[in-house]
Amino acid sequence: MRAPFHIFPLGDAAATIELGQQIDEQLNHRVLAMQQWLQNHPFEGLLDSVTGYSSLTVYYDTFIIHKNYAPRGTVFNWVAAQLQQAYTQAQPSAVENNNIIRIPVCYEAPFSPDLASLAQHARLSTAEVVNIHTNTIYNVYMIGFLPGFSYMGQVNPQIAVPRKPVPEPVAAGSVGIAGAQTGIYPLNSPGGWQIIGRTPLKIFDPGSEVPVCLQAGNQVQFYPITVKEFGEWQSQSSNPAY
Amino acid sequence: MGRYGFSHLGINPGGAMDRYAAQAANLLVGNETPGAALEMHFPAAQILFEQNALISVTGADFCPMLNDEQIPRWHPVVVRKNTVLHFPKLQWGARCYLAVHGGFCVPPWLNSYSTNLKAGAGGFKGRKLEKGDELPFGENHMYISGLLKEGKDYEVLRWQVATGAMYEHPNEIYIIKGQEWDQLAPQSQLDILENNFIIHPFSDRMGYQLKGIPLQRMQRNELLSSGVSFGTIQLLPSGQMIVLMADHQTTGGYPRLAHVISAHLPRLAQLRPSDCIQFKITDIATAEKMMMAQQQELNILRRACYERLNQVVC
Repeated sequence: MRAPFHIFPLGDAAATIELGQQIDEQLNHRVLAMQQWLQNHPFEGLLDSVTGYSSLTVYYDTFIIHKNYAPRGTVFNWVAAQLQQAYTQAQPSAVENNNIIRIPVCYEAPFSPDLASLAQHARLSTAEVVNIHTNTIYNVYMIGFLPGFSYMGQVNPQIAVPRKPVPEPVAAGSVGIAGAQTGIYPLNSPGGWQIIGRTPLKIFDPGSEVPVCLQAGNQVQFYPITVKEFGEWQSQSSNPAY
Repeated sequence: MGRYGFSHLGINPGGAMDRYAAQAANLLVGNETPGAALEMHFPAAQILFEQNALISVTGADFCPMLNDEQIPRWHPVVVRKNTVLHFPKLQWGARCYLAVHGGFCVPPWLNSYSTNLKAGAGGFKGRKLEKGDELPFGENHMYISGLLKEGKDYEVLRWQVATGAMYEHPNEIYIIKGQEWDQLAPQSQLDILENNFIIHPFSDRMGYQLKGIPLQRMQRNELLSSGVSFGTIQLLPSGQMIVLMADHQTTGGYPRLAHVISAHLPRLAQLRPSDCIQFKITDIATAEKMMMAQQQELNILRRACYERLNQVVC
């Protein structure tokens, strides 16, 4: 029988609990709930945590845990027990959020360099691709790779084109597709995702009290705007309404 | 020592590559809380002190000099204003650290003074220092100027950090098996432990690309992205490895073959491109003991430095 989870060390200062290797909204809510449970019941020495699609990694100070809790075995075993507790105590319903964040995207040139080729690959018109992309409500599975880079899913299989084999320069705000994932590049960066549009929103703003405006567990829907509206948005530079 | 608590937003912790040297530098100058320290690669900066300062230089040996005299590393040193600190020669190591009593005054970003180059935030304006930059440092809480002798530009205080075994056997790096170690072909598992791997020139604060005998993974499935760590060793599609360093991204999807133990990260941080690495396997219990011993050493150092400084300074 398949174990519901695996807990393993990431070296001597971090540990991961993995619930599977599938992109699954329920598994994802579970790891987010576990992260939240740990935030509400932190242990001394817990430094940071990261969620993946279906995993939670915690980073800890071995010395502080040893000093405060004097575990009999390894500190890792002690942390593993905390992760197990988070697994059994976590309440996935607590992280379910029906609030949909609406994100404006301009799908017109020059913001959509890969839209035409993606449409061709999918045997659709570009208008149909935009229609399909904006018609789905996406779950933000995780944030990683860059400050505020969101991995959202799942993209409609009709337009789920794989990423490019070689990364190219991507402008900040670019909205991309890589297979079943869609997301937004918060910074200029090399990238392999298929770029179909750009948002005028500042996803990552270091000057802001909340530097990243998306988090894992958010529900997101894109809506199309014109090039003119894009320009107007930029000059206002506001954050999205929640 | 990095920015913790924001990894879930993709804001990686960063911090010093050689945390041992950075912490020792701050303790030597009696900074109460871990203050900002300057990390320098070679060629390093020329720094003019516009006020008297209590400093220390630790980590790599770039032959630090004050005006035209060499000063020892791992010692506290009182410097007279208008003296220039410079580093004419690369002798050993990759990163050296400069700490000053009172700490460098940079505004904190998300509770830390660390620079995050990707985000363009934190540290000094979110970027590397450039010629002409002025870096203010904190008020002297101690009367150090009294330690300077007339006619001399500096005074080396007599105690030092004994780095001991920290940087001995610098190429020998202990690792713990990673979750995907068992997916390696048995020969590849042997290959990792029996061969040298060279640090490729394209290595930096984000990661060390290694060049060596190509490795084979027996499974073909792609992994989902998940958290990674400073010291995580990933297997790239090419069969080569990359060791994630201080500026690693928060998540990754490549197989996690192994992880460098925390106690060996300082020595790893002092290796340079074209240096070679010999990996040795150890277990979690040993790795933890070694890390805690190192932390204990730093705690003892903290107390010793305070006592010594209090003795010589009014």
